[in-house]
Amino acid sequence: MLEIRNLHARIAEDGTEIIRGLNLTVKAGEVAAIMGPNGSGKSTLSYILSGRSDYEVTEGDILYNGESILELDPSERAAKGIFLAFQYPVEIPGVATMQFLKVALNEQRKFRGEAELSTPDFIRRVKEAAAQLQINPDMLKRPLNVGFSGGEKKRAEILQMALLEPKLCILDETDSGLDIDALKIVAEGVNALRSPDRAVIVITHYQRLLEYIVPDTVHVLYKGQVIKSGDKSLALDLEANGYADIIDAAA
Amino acid sequence: MNMQTAITMTAAETALVDAYTAQIGELPGEGAVLSARDTLLADLKKQGLPTRRVESWHYTDLRALLRSVPDFDPTSFAEKVDPLVPGSSVLAVLNGKADTKNLPAGVNVRSYAESLIDGVAAADLVERDQDDAIGRINGSFVRDGFEIEVPEGTELEQPLELQLVQSAGQSHSRFPVTFGANSKATVIERHLSVSDAASLVTVVSDLILDDGAEITWIILQQQGASDSHLAQVNFDLGTNAKLRLFIINAGGKLVRQEVHGVTTGEGADFKLRGINLLGGETHTDVTFTLGHDVPNTTSTEILRNVLFDRAKGVFQGQIRVAPDAQKTDAKMACNTLLLSDDADFSAKPELEIFADDVQCGHGATVIDINPTHLYYLRARGIPENKARAMLVNAFVDEIVEELEHEGLIETLETIIAAWLEKHA
Repeated sequence: MLEIRNLHARIAEDGTEIIRGLNLTVKAGEVAAIMGPNGSGKSTLSYILSGRSDYEVTEGDILYNGESILELDPSERAAKGIFLAFQYPVEIPGVATMQFLKVALNEQRKFRGEAELSTPDFIRRVKEAAAQLQINPDMLKRPLNVGFSGGEKKRAEILQMALLEPKLCILDETDSGLDIDALKIVAEGVNALRSPDRAVIVITHYQRLLEYIVPDTVHVLYKGQVIKSGDKSLALDLEANGYADIIDAAA
Repeated sequence: MNMQTAITMTAAETALVDAYTAQIGELPGEGAVLSARDTLLADLKKQGLPTRRVESWHYTDLRALLRSVPDFDPTSFAEKVDPLVPGSSVLAVLNGKADTKNLPAGVNVRSYAESLIDGVAAADLVERDQDDAIGRINGSFVRDGFEIEVPEGTELEQPLELQLVQSAGQSHSRFPVTFGANSKATVIERHLSVSDAASLVTVVSDLILDDGAEITWIILQQQGASDSHLAQVNFDLGTNAKLRLFIINAGGKLVRQEVHGVTTGEGADFKLRGINLLGGETHTDVTFTLGHDVPNTTSTEILRNVLFDRAKGVFQGQIRVAPDAQKTDAKMACNTLLLSDDADFSAKPELEIFADDVQCGHGATVIDINPTHLYYLRARGIPENKARAMLVNAFVDEIVEELEHEGLIETLETIIAAWLEKHA
């Protein structure tokens, strides 16, 4: 589903290279965890996959279902099924949450040549998804993410993901700022989306989230490269021994 | 020939003077009304249209900007349209002529033409001050409008819509409105253009709010891209009177909307909320003066401006606090979203405070769309244009939401969204 080939990327504004020859393949149905110390390029990778213009790709390619997405803008990537759950969801005053959800859903459908959802149908879907994630309906009456707690913001991201039904889900430190109950709810929400035709990339610092979202593969990112890949036992190993040995071995 | 240096009249000035000669026989009113008109026209002729050398017109050089004036066009036809909010009472002025059929119940209404004919109007036809070009033009040519009285204690359930529909030519209307003590009403002053022909529309509304009246007055200006619109609202707030004035400019080539008010009773509260949606080649000016003349009165002014293309916008806001007007609380904010490098907005806030125990403040900001907000919306599959429109909408919607009338909020939101969709 996703194939990243020798990717090099830098910050557009100052030219700092963050991703330095990254290779990664994620298959349909797979849950891949990306771990790594601070500053290794994890969040940058998620932004680049989503098409954020603050970063430029200087070399290599990103293939999604066999096609390069480098020339696609963020909304096209989203409509093709790539979803990034943000580490820090953005507060947007004046944009009503429900209106935002409806526009996003229908714009994606429009892009794919599908009919727009009727309002009752839309509301029913939102209510169902919100109930599953134990989201208070009053929250949806507020402007987008405005005044939401950290945990509410993360749940709202997963709600968006559930509604938009993407094919490639990227979770950027979705566990940060969540207490254990919220973490379980969010993990259940993600697990409910697991399916043979959908891939999930979980970016995290900690093994904790991976107890609830069990990965098929684990990749260690360091200085903009994947320096080691393995199965879920690699995450346990990192938890026990830290990154130092792996970094030394790769050097 | 005398030796005095004669100012060469511009095409617009000449057209106005000539139009007066041609039209005066057709305009209602004699005696005192006629002589008031003559005086105003003589001043107009003597002073000419104001230039940037006149301080209150510094950012809107009317003499330079008003290039031409369309002829009066008695053959043009305009029809009443459905009210903005279903169920509203409509008082229509069609191409400058009041439609006196089916006048609403519950309020005392007569056409302003009647007031001109019986001479009562003569007292209205005066200049506010030396620089009152709008009062001068309007007073010279005023033909109709409505004189309205909302009786004491009356609460209007549905909005009252003053519907000014223009198809071509000129129209000059006036609305003296008295809101009796403790009355409550929502009035919509709506300006529409139903053709592409250039029009000149002037309107003066004089509002008197007696003690305890609570009024929402909405001005929705949607004239055509080649129209000139010169408007003035004057108000006087009695004890505990509350006026919320909501202005939306979403049309017109040359627009000047003046607002001049005084608080004359303690406890009076004034709110100005303005949305200027400016695109194309428009030049739109909102000029506001408020005198806090007595103690314990409050006011807030919030303007949200959105500019596209080569639009130019102006906001002048002047708050004066009289020497004994202690405990005045006045706050003014003017926020501008500049969406084109060729657009331009000038804001000139002024506070003149002669009392020592007051709270007054003002702020003006110019911003662009927040790139992080834009990215977030796009990352959810919303195309850039649509995402931008949503964010611009959010910028102005905040103040629309303040109106408590659901139907009105929805209608205005629809109008704003449609405008943004067209211009983004």
